[in-house]
Amino acid sequence: MNEQQPADAAADPLGDETVIQLIDVNKWYGNFQALRDVNVSVKRGERVVVCGPSGSGKSTMIRCINRLEAHQKGQIIVDGIELTDNLKNIEAIRSEVGMVFQSFNLFPHMQVIDNLTLAPMLVRKMPKADAEAIAMKYLERVQIPEQAYKYPGQLSGGQQQRVAIARSLCMQPRIMLFDEPTSALDPEMIKEVLDVMVELADEGMTMMVVTHEMGFAKTVADTMIFMDDAEIVEIAKPDVFFTNPESERTQLFLNQILTH
Amino acid sequence: MISAAVPLSCAGGGDFSLIHFFLLSDNMASSEDSATEKLTAPDRVTPKGDTSIFNSMAFRGIAYQVLLAAFVILGGLYLYINVNANLERQGIATGWSFFNENAGFDIGESPIEYDSEDSYGFALWVGVLNTLRVAFVGIILATILGVFMGIARTSRNWLLSKVANVYVEICRNVPVVLHVLFWATVVRFLPHPKQAITPFDGAFLMNRGIVFPIPNEHPAYIWVGVAFVLGVIGAIFLGRWAQRWREMTGQYIPTFLWGCVIVIGLPLAAWLVQGAPLTWNVPALRGFNFQGGMALSPEYAALVVGVTVYTAAFIAEIVRAGIQSVPHGQIEAARALGLRPRFIMHYVTMPQALRVIVPPTASQYLSLTKNSSLGVLIGYPDLVNIGNTTLNQTGQAVEAIAIMMIVYLSISLAISTFMNLYNRLVAIKER
Ligand SMILES: Nc1ncnc2c1ncn2[C@@H]1O[C@H](COP(=O)(O)OP(=O)(O)O)[C@@H](O)[C@H]1O
Ligand SMILES: [Mg+2]
Repeated sequence: MNEQQPADAAADPLGDETVIQLIDVNKWYGNFQALRDVNVSVKRGERVVVCGPSGSGKSTMIRCINRLEAHQKGQIIVDGIELTDNLKNIEAIRSEVGMVFQSFNLFPHMQVIDNLTLAPMLVRKMPKADAEAIAMKYLERVQIPEQAYKYPGQLSGGQQQRVAIARSLCMQPRIMLFDEPTSALDPEMIKEVLDVMVELADEGMTMMVVTHEMGFAKTVADTMIFMDDAEIVEIAKPDVFFTNPESERTQLFLNQILTH
Repeated sequence: MISAAVPLSCAGGGDFSLIHFFLLSDNMASSEDSATEKLTAPDRVTPKGDTSIFNSMAFRGIAYQVLLAAFVILGGLYLYINVNANLERQGIATGWSFFNENAGFDIGESPIEYDSEDSYGFALWVGVLNTLRVAFVGIILATILGVFMGIARTSRNWLLSKVANVYVEICRNVPVVLHVLFWATVVRFLPHPKQAITPFDGAFLMNRGIVFPIPNEHPAYIWVGVAFVLGVIGAIFLGRWAQRWREMTGQYIPTFLWGCVIVIGLPLAAWLVQGAPLTWNVPALRGFNFQGGMALSPEYAALVVGVTVYTAAFIAEIVRAGIQSVPHGQIEAARALGLRPRFIMHYVTMPQALRVIVPPTASQYLSLTKNSSLGVLIGYPDLVNIGNTTLNQTGQAVEAIAIMMIVYLSISLAISTFMNLYNRLVAIKER
């Protein structure tokens, strides 16, 4: 995941290796259908931004990708492994797929450094010294190495979210999922988190980001997905998506969100 | 109505303005202080108006404590004089001389050798031991049952969580006295010794209590005990070493498994090396009762079961609340990192839940210990029971009650101290 994309990456950034594939995925919460016939395929290095009104199923979709939620119909294939209730497969995929939550979810009883080294030591069986070296490397990447020995509660929201990103990166994942990573932040802290994400995108990380930050989407997205009412309404390149979307519902949503 | 409301609101207003005044005067003092520093000559250090010592925070703190201490001492003195005068009028001598006098009553059961020729002091000591016997076993059993029920309540298994739920609701909503009486009745309705229930060979359940076989004493068992202690120490060191080894190399060693092997294996080996001596002291029916084996009286069994079942219901609620106090996002984040459920429980859920669980559990232990005094109701010779008898026979009410209070206070303080230490051990710092 650390290789840089070539300089002319913008022209044709993506290989043809598909790393995430959802085929006719359906999911219900009880009787309520949260996903209806969802089809998505994401290539290695692709940056996908998902948007749509609240309750449309965005979180549900990306939470299905690392099986924090189980789907009931259809197929989800991540990194060549199909997600079933096979625990070994689920663990394998979770250690390859990083996830960043709206509410950070740092472990409040551990120092930042221990938050970062926990999974590499327990899942990757890494010696503590190595795990700490990697942790410091990623803390420098998100520009808060000086906070390593503080507790999460001592950090600002923006710093906490950057620690959460670093915590995911310490597992050296091949794919990163973001579920509204800036929605819980005060406005002045949104940028510091988005900057880290842009940098990550520039390094060629495969990313799927649920966000309403359309500026960010325009900068990094290779593909835009619009969801409404449990369905994917539109998948398009950003230039088309923002200027000339096919669906009226997309148009309406964009008008609302961009005029705000 | 109205005439009552007016003085009330006056008092409220007065209070408020008083607080307001103090706050204001504090602020004024500090702002004026900084002003003097910056602007004027250093000799102008006494702002007028609130220089009085009565406005000093430190002075007030001390003054309140002195006042409180004076109150307590005067109150105590008053009680003491009063009681002394009353006792004198009734011709009762105070003092502890009864301690060495012959008790003259029998005690139904005792963990140490006792007969009615022994002194009151010794009889009371038997009461203390009997109380501790109930409290110690009750605390252990209530913890096991409570933790199990608490986890069961959070289980996704519908039947399990419902059963635990019903248990908790029934048991904590019935007074503990009824629990104890209920089990005393249950034990009384067990069959006679001749028709005793036999749950397994050599053990008997009847209205005279429970008897079960124990191994006969043998000198080799000392070494088995030594081996056990060594095994426990070894397991602790193994745990430490495995932790360091994991940090160094990343390799995980199943310490729990190996710990069990050492703790069980070492004494077992010591026993085998000495020729595996084992003969059982099996209880047998002689006449109307059982001889041999280990016997628990029906009163003891009823009291332990009663306070255990009652307290465990509260501990179950505490454990459930503790586990549920950990936000679900914590567990999801741990899962998303690929951690196994076992690791999530150990490193993420439990440390955060224990912070909520330990302090109220400590007070449950205290109330279990104090509730064991209900033994007096069903004829179990606990401290209150024997203290009561002593009081009745000697008339030394103040001394007898004082002894009971001191003993319960000491036990409670010992438990709190232990739990505070444990709490500090598992306590987690945030921010
Ligand atoms: N655990 C759940 N149980 C029941 N309904 C849920 C659950 N999670 C989400 N939902 C419902 O599914 C729908 C989609 O939710 P979500 O994926 O969180 O939407 P979004 O992230 O787009 O706002 C919503 O209507 C929500 O109420
Ligand atoms: Mg959402």
